[in-house]
Order: sequence, then structure tokens, then C-alpha cells
Amino acid sequence: MTLLRVLFYFLSFIAIVSALYAASSKNLVRSIFVFFVTLFSLAGLYVLALADFVAVTQVVIYVGGILVLILFAFMLSGKETLNVLQKQEGKFLSMKKLPAILLAVLFFVVLINVVFKANADNLPWVRDAISLKNEITPKDIMIDNIGVNLMTRYLLPFEAISILLLVALVGAAHLSRKEGKA
Amino acid sequence: MITLTDFLIVSAALFCIGLYMTVSKRNAIQILIGIELILNAAILNLVAFGKYDKVNNSGQIFALFAIVLAAATTAVALAIILNVYRRYKTIDPNDITKLRD
Repeated sequence: MTLLRVLFYFLSFIAIVSALYAASSKNLVRSIFVFFVTLFSLAGLYVLALADFVAVTQVVIYVGGILVLILFAFMLSGKETLNVLQKQEGKFLSMKKLPAILLAVLFFVVLINVVFKANADNLPWVRDAISLKNEITPKDIMIDNIGVNLMTRYLLPFEAISILLLVALVGAAHLSRKEGKA
Repeated sequence: MITLTDFLIVSAALFCIGLYMTVSKRNAIQILIGIELILNAAILNLVAFGKYDKVNNSGQIFALFAIVLAAATTAVALAIILNVYRRYKTIDPNDITKLRD
């Protein structure tokens, strides 16, 4: 039990620190590659929340797909993107960024307040789930259940999302077409 | 035992870092990374609450849907960024002030 907590703190520490570094870094390439680390540690956190299938999907789609796409966009948009960043030299806490930092910190305070007021561990439906043994335990294998649910209970959102993916694909292809012919 | 509150605090922190990136960065790709961070914070919440739904798996399935949606958004956003770069030779959102004609 304690090992679980240590692992949780370790992974969440890595996730938050690497996200902070990605946010504060002026170098775009570093920011992208540190985002890798954030995504991997988030996949670890999903495993600790007993959602191993979501963790694997996260690694496949985010790390294998989205980050490669972002790297491609960065490489295709050339040196100019780096020059934008090099211009704004200065300290970590410059006056220009103060409103953004203030916004983020105040929002964090509000969120933490809400989390502690909501007292999520004593929500009625969570307690019901624990008493009815409707809670996922580490010994359960949920993947077959997810597959069955995806094809029965959640079939409509599944189909809707497949159409949306098709629309996004066609839209992205249309947007990145050569101009002039349009 | 890891409680729900722990997960909620971690995801609140990630959300706020993403918010900061979205508001303050001067590069469209970094803004996109901020949006991805916000989405990941939401997915972490879905997964953490999904632990208490063994029969229907609603949390995990909607986490999967959110990941797929994030992939779709990124593809379209990157196509837009590349188009903007081709037209303006910059991807700083502050410099993109002109319409097409």
C-alpha cells in the first residue's frame, strides 16, 4: 500500500515538474520533448488509477501520433518559429507574464478549494459503489468489459466519434491543400 | 490507498499549467501543447472517477473518446498552423492581425 503511494507521488511529481518546465522553457524543441515525459508519466498515473487500457491508448495515440505530428509541424514551419522565441529574452518572471501567472495561480486556488469542499471520497455514489462492490480492484481485467460496453451501451457515441474523425481528416486534408485551385 | 482527492489535485495543477501556457505563450505550437495539457487533466479526472464504475466503465470509455477527440483537434490545428505560417511567415498569434483580403 505504501509503495503505491510512493509511486503515485513520484509519477505526479514528474508530471507536474515536466509540465512546469515545458511551460517555462523558451526553447520550443525542449518544450516539445519535455511534453513527452509529461505524457508518459500521465500514462503511469492512469495505470495507478487502474485504467490500463486507457494508459496504453495514451501512449499509442499521444506519444506515437500527436507528438510526432507536432514535431512535423515544428519542422515544416522552419526557423522563424524559433526566432519568435529568441526575441523575448528576460527573466522567468517578467512583468508581461504576470497577468497570466496571476490567472493560473488564482484559478488553481479556486480549484483546490472546490476539490476540498466537494470531498470527492465521500460522495454518495462513490460510497454506494464501494459498498455494492462496483469498484475496480487491481485483480480485475477490464479490457474485455470495455470492448463489450463499447459495442453495446456506448455504440452511438462511438459511431458519432468515428464520423467526427472522418470529418476532421477531410477538413485537415482540405486545409493543407495547395492554394490557387480552390 | 490513493484517494480521489489526490488525483483531483494533480489534475488541477496540470490544468492550471495548461491554462498558463495557453494564455501567455507567443507561439501557436506551444499554445497547442497547453491545450493538450488541459485535455490530459480532464482525462485524468475521468479515469480517476471511472474506477468506481466497474459494470458500465463510463469513465474509461469517455477517456478514450476524449483521447480520440484530442487527436482530431491536433490534426486540424496543425493544418491551420501550417497554413498560417505559409501566409504570414510567422506563427505568433499576436502578429496575425489581417484578414484574407
